Amino acid sequence: MKPAAGVCNRWRDHGVLLDVMTTDETCAAADPRDRVLAALAADLDAGFAELYAAYRTVVFSTALRVSGRRADAEDLTAEAFLRAYRALAGYPPARVAGLAPRAWLLTILLNVWRNDRRTVARRPASAPLDAAPDPADPAEPVDRTAERHETGRELAGLLALLPEDQRIAVVLRHVDDLPVAEIAQVLGCPVGTAKSHISRGLSRLRELHATTASSEVPDE
Amino acid sequence: MSEHDIVAGLAGLSAEPPAELLDRIAARWVKVPGPVGELYVASTDAGVAYLRTAASVDDDARRFAAQFRDRVARPLLPGTRPPAGVLPALRGGRPGDLRFDLSAVSGFEREVLEATATIPRGQVRPYAWVAREIGNPKAVRAVGTALRRNPVPILIPCHRVVRSDGATGEYVFGADTKVRLLGGEGVDLPGLADLARQGVHYLASDTTGVVCLPTCANARRITPAHRHGYRTLGQAERAGYRPCRVCRPGAA
Repeated sequence: MKPAAGVCNRWRDHGVLLDVMTTDETCAAADPRDRVLAALAADLDAGFAELYAAYRTVVFSTALRVSGRRADAEDLTAEAFLRAYRALAGYPPARVAGLAPRAWLLTILLNVWRNDRRTVARRPASAPLDAAPDPADPAEPVDRTAERHETGRELAGLLALLPEDQRIAVVLRHVDDLPVAEIAQVLGCPVGTAKSHISRGLSRLRELHATTASSEVPDE
Repeated sequence: MSEHDIVAGLAGLSAEPPAELLDRIAARWVKVPGPVGELYVASTDAGVAYLRTAASVDDDARRFAAQFRDRVARPLLPGTRPPAGVLPALRGGRPGDLRFDLSAVSGFEREVLEATATIPRGQVRPYAWVAREIGNPKAVRAVGTALRRNPVPILIPCHRVVRSDGATGEYVFGADTKVRLLGGEGVDLPGLADLARQGVHYLASDTTGVVCLPTCANARRITPAHRHGYRTLGQAERAGYRPCRVCRPGAA
């Protein structure tokens, strides 16, 4: 089995990632690809359990922050993993072995979301976006938690105002901590384009924050 | 807010899905005791989705999973305990309030299974009876096909559907298993075959004036002196009998 660090080096070989790469150790911890692929090769169902355990947080976080609604995020995550399983059931072993599971799952998720939105667009407008703050961390002092919540809630709301490509790129980069090359893979665009989506998205978030900071963000 | 604050704020927006989300994706399997040896049972959050005898999958969980995948196309993980209601349903021979996930089943097949689920333990009905019950009396052959595709045999008792000529007919786990299941429920198969050989498919009682299918609880109560056999329902009706409301021998 190839060490997980090899995956990082593969990205680094593109020569464009040094500015965004973290250390090999954090990368090894963040990408359980080899373990998941070995489990899938041994047994599709047991391997699926590994796949879900390894990537449920990145898939759900992306679904939540891109769609903006918790109920939608649960539906999208369930549908994406189900489609992934059905695809895996039909793949020959060589195709499974060559998979980059995280980018692959996120691509499926975003396809499901786009298709879903096209369907929803034909129906009348639904409920407003959830601000979806995270539950409080008991270890954190109360005022820090409140402050972090305020920021999180506001940013979650502001993400919805970004153009689709920028929103996805910012979520993948800064919520999910994906390397830029992987983001480009998920978006199906050149690395330079992915970088520009990320930086434009961030500046837009800062502008939006500045304009809403004086006025109020409605709480619900 | 600085760019640094925004980046730090975004990093805090990662979120865990609820623990129960996995059960909306994957089904769970368990092994339970049944009337013909152990059974593998798979269920989703909507209900029981698939059942196979251990014998039919060589008591191999992976073979069961492969069959489940072909039919239901969902991940299948080991479960900790059978879903509520499965063990009583198996012991009592009736589905009762047990919930089924029949999402992998066509509309026609679902109607066939729902009609079949009403056949009481220890009784049998002809394929043509099921076809009539679902309002499609000509679809006798299609009923047979639908029952062979029953994803939850035993729980939905397709073994209680037999041929009108007295033969027990085909079964998803083999004709022998069907005979064992019916024998275990106290169905008098040799007796039924005898009646069929004599051309008797309906039994009428001259004390109640009612005509039944031979295994109906009401038919089994008729004493020999008051029992009259008929080949067709029409003959019995012309002789003045009305069809039983329990077994509905001529359900339209």
